[in-house]
Amino acid sequence: MIAGLFRFKGGIKPETHKNASAGAPIQIAPLPPQLIVPLRQSPRATAECIVVPGQKVLKGERIGLPDSPLSTAVHAPTSGTVVEITPHAMAHPSGLQTRCVVIEPDGDERWIERPTLDYESASPKEALAWLRDHGIVGLGGATFPSHIKAGVDGGIETLILNGAECEPWITCDDRLMRERADGIVAGALILKHLTGAREIVFGVEDNKPQAIEALRTAIHGLSGDITVIPVPSLYPAGGEKQLIRVLTGVEIPHGKLGGDFGVQCFNVGTAYAVNRAINHGEPLVSRVMTVTGNVDKPGNFEVLIGTPVEALLALGQPKADTGRILMGGPMMGFELPRLDVPATKATNCLIATSPALFPPPPPEMNCIRCGACAAACPAELQPFELYWFSRAKNFGKAQEYHLFDCIECGCCSYVCPSKIRLVDYYRFAKGEIWAREREKSAADAARERFEFRNERQAREKREKAEKLAAKAAATKAKLAATSADAPAAADAPAGPDEAKRALIAAALERAKAQKAAVEPKNTDALTPEQAAQVADADARRAAQAATDTAADAPESN
Amino acid sequence: MLTSPFVRKPTSVQQVMFTVLVALLPAVALYVWQFGPGIVVNIIIATLSAVGAEAAILKLRKKPVGLYVSDLSAVVTAWLIALTFPTILPAWILILATVLSIVAVKQLYGGLGQNPFNPAMAAYCLMIVAYPSAMSQWPAAGWMDLSTHLQLIGGASLDAMTGATPLDALRTGLRSGAPVSDVLTHEAFGILGGRGWEWIGLGYLAGGLFLIQRRVITWHLPTAFVGGLIIVSGLFWMANPAHYASPLFHLASGGTLLAAFFIVTDPVSGATTPRGKLIFAASIALITYLIRNFGAYPDGIAFAVLLMNLCVPLIDMKTQPRVFGHKGD
Repeated sequence: MIAGLFRFKGGIKPETHKNASAGAPIQIAPLPPQLIVPLRQSPRATAECIVVPGQKVLKGERIGLPDSPLSTAVHAPTSGTVVEITPHAMAHPSGLQTRCVVIEPDGDERWIERPTLDYESASPKEALAWLRDHGIVGLGGATFPSHIKAGVDGGIETLILNGAECEPWITCDDRLMRERADGIVAGALILKHLTGAREIVFGVEDNKPQAIEALRTAIHGLSGDITVIPVPSLYPAGGEKQLIRVLTGVEIPHGKLGGDFGVQCFNVGTAYAVNRAINHGEPLVSRVMTVTGNVDKPGNFEVLIGTPVEALLALGQPKADTGRILMGGPMMGFELPRLDVPATKATNCLIATSPALFPPPPPEMNCIRCGACAAACPAELQPFELYWFSRAKNFGKAQEYHLFDCIECGCCSYVCPSKIRLVDYYRFAKGEIWAREREKSAADAARERFEFRNERQAREKREKAEKLAAKAAATKAKLAATSADAPAAADAPAGPDEAKRALIAAALERAKAQKAAVEPKNTDALTPEQAAQVADADARRAAQAATDTAADAPESN
Repeated sequence: MLTSPFVRKPTSVQQVMFTVLVALLPAVALYVWQFGPGIVVNIIIATLSAVGAEAAILKLRKKPVGLYVSDLSAVVTAWLIALTFPTILPAWILILATVLSIVAVKQLYGGLGQNPFNPAMAAYCLMIVAYPSAMSQWPAAGWMDLSTHLQLIGGASLDAMTGATPLDALRTGLRSGAPVSDVLTHEAFGILGGRGWEWIGLGYLAGGLFLIQRRVITWHLPTAFVGGLIIVSGLFWMANPAHYASPLFHLASGGTLLAAFFIVTDPVSGATTPRGKLIFAASIALITYLIRNFGAYPDGIAFAVLLMNLCVPLIDMKTQPRVFGHKGD
């Protein structure tokens, strides 16, 4: 049982704007003409494609196989035909490309067979593989594979379900909790079983009273330790480490996971997806998403993975003065460089901006060390110190002041009276440090390669010399034996020399043969001009070789 | 292409500085009530000099003049100089001090946010070293009309109009061997400290509490400064009440409350970590007391602040708070 709430330091209370879309029930987004399904659905892992263009697929049919421990399966979000498998721009601030399966829906939405899993009798290994094969990843934004988190071997005391949803504008989790609380609770029970947790705690920001009510109704009558706790609405209360802190008082340091401290945290959307996968046999092919901002009809939509962003945005009917489009919340989301990118499992919100709602950033002024950023930092850092160090490229010092504990929540930039885009400086510093570390490890590898090569060459030379010496000694011994037999003692002094000469001649012969063997042979299908050029070059090379041989001749002995 | 966060709180440096100016208003009003409108003239002179100097040097440095002048930081410096300097000082010294603080102490180090020393206090130290007699000519307690004030700051010498500051009077009295209780009957003293100054001190206190409420400053610096001064003066006072003035006298005298809420709280030149702030302000209080009692100058806040400004990088480095999740390290 949670006795009382803890609090994390810092945090901010930005305008939430949640009312714009919180009242809109989840609608099923219409089928787009094409779905672009990225094979990369979780960080560090791209699924292996198992379909070919022209192939018919059913809704929920596997199109990508997990090929590494951190990888999860990818499924066809609807029934239709695979049109092509091609690199396509992802929803990413720099428009990175990834391999995508493009599917043309047939409009029938025909499911594959959907067997369910009796998770209580299944082995944990089987259940975790089930999650992986149904493409379950964290829907809070990080898309970390759930089978890894749920598969922490024992020691989990508390299972936290994150329904805080602290970012302004976003309401998809709110709506999901209001409308599908039973499914979320069912998923939470499965996760409790898998992690072996003793208690389940739902953490929901207290600005979502209806969601809290719905969850409380859903857990009513359930046995076991399960509670719904309203947490103070204070951004970033939905950050995993912040929520764990608020609910349990435990502080998870940078680089450590909740599991190390007996706490595991899942987003409510993830719990819902787990329920669909295990109790209904449905792979993760859709998610709920908010479309809001400068639009006429803000709303929440159940969206097939792979639906192009422009089609989704159109559902909200953007107003005429709409400018940039943000994906995710305004605190940690990013600006979309293009709109033909597909929605992924990480996409929780699209925000249309306008100059009135999102004024352009004012000019940056000097830091006055007022400390407003330090007071707002939930990681309890001294952001202005990190700013000075990052600006001065004093990266060592920045790391010493815990740069990598920064979660880039944006609170410091939000409160800065000098309008300094602090997070950008930390991103820059982190990027530089990573680049330097990569460079350093590359240089280390190169140095190792170089040293190994030198050593190998030295060893080969040594071995060759030894071999030669051994051979020469053998020949000498043989010759000595013959000369001892023969009475022609006068020839003896010339014997060793002759043997050496014979050896050298043989070696030269071998080398020549070798050289001939490795002569470039890329001379197929040449144009006549090229053929002529090659012939010319060959002739020149031959002439050069002749002179070289002549020049070398005196030294050859 | 913009990056997150895409929203920001509607605050600005200008707003912060404006709040500080507003917080100074009660004290300025009480100053006028006690000593006449002269202080307003001085504030205007200092403000014009500071803004003029700031604009000129920003232009020389090819910086956006409008952006930085409108941040009001130069105006805050000007007001603090006007309030800490003797009101009947010749105007040219006031102008010189203001221009030096903006040009030499602030802008030559890189402008807003870059100065290692508190500009107003650096100007005070420069002037008290350069013009010691002019800097210790304070008006006698009581109302002074505008024309007399203008004559005085125009350079006229009207001895009858000047008087000793309470701290000066105390020092002179004690040097002559009189006990504190006798010295305090001098006309310069009021109920708690200097006559008239007690009221202005209350004005600073009110403004300071307003700043804490508006979260422009935190409680650490004023509390450590006032607390430090009370403790150190209390120890001496308890040891020998005949020879040392009471903590209350020290609180109500000189620029104690002005310094507590408006001088040691300068974020640019002060310590920034919570523990660092406590060390920084308490050290200033200690040095202030030592200079007041054993040094050559009647009030030591300015020197104490500059000395501790020098220690800020060290204090900050050694008092970094533990970050989230590293409490046990």
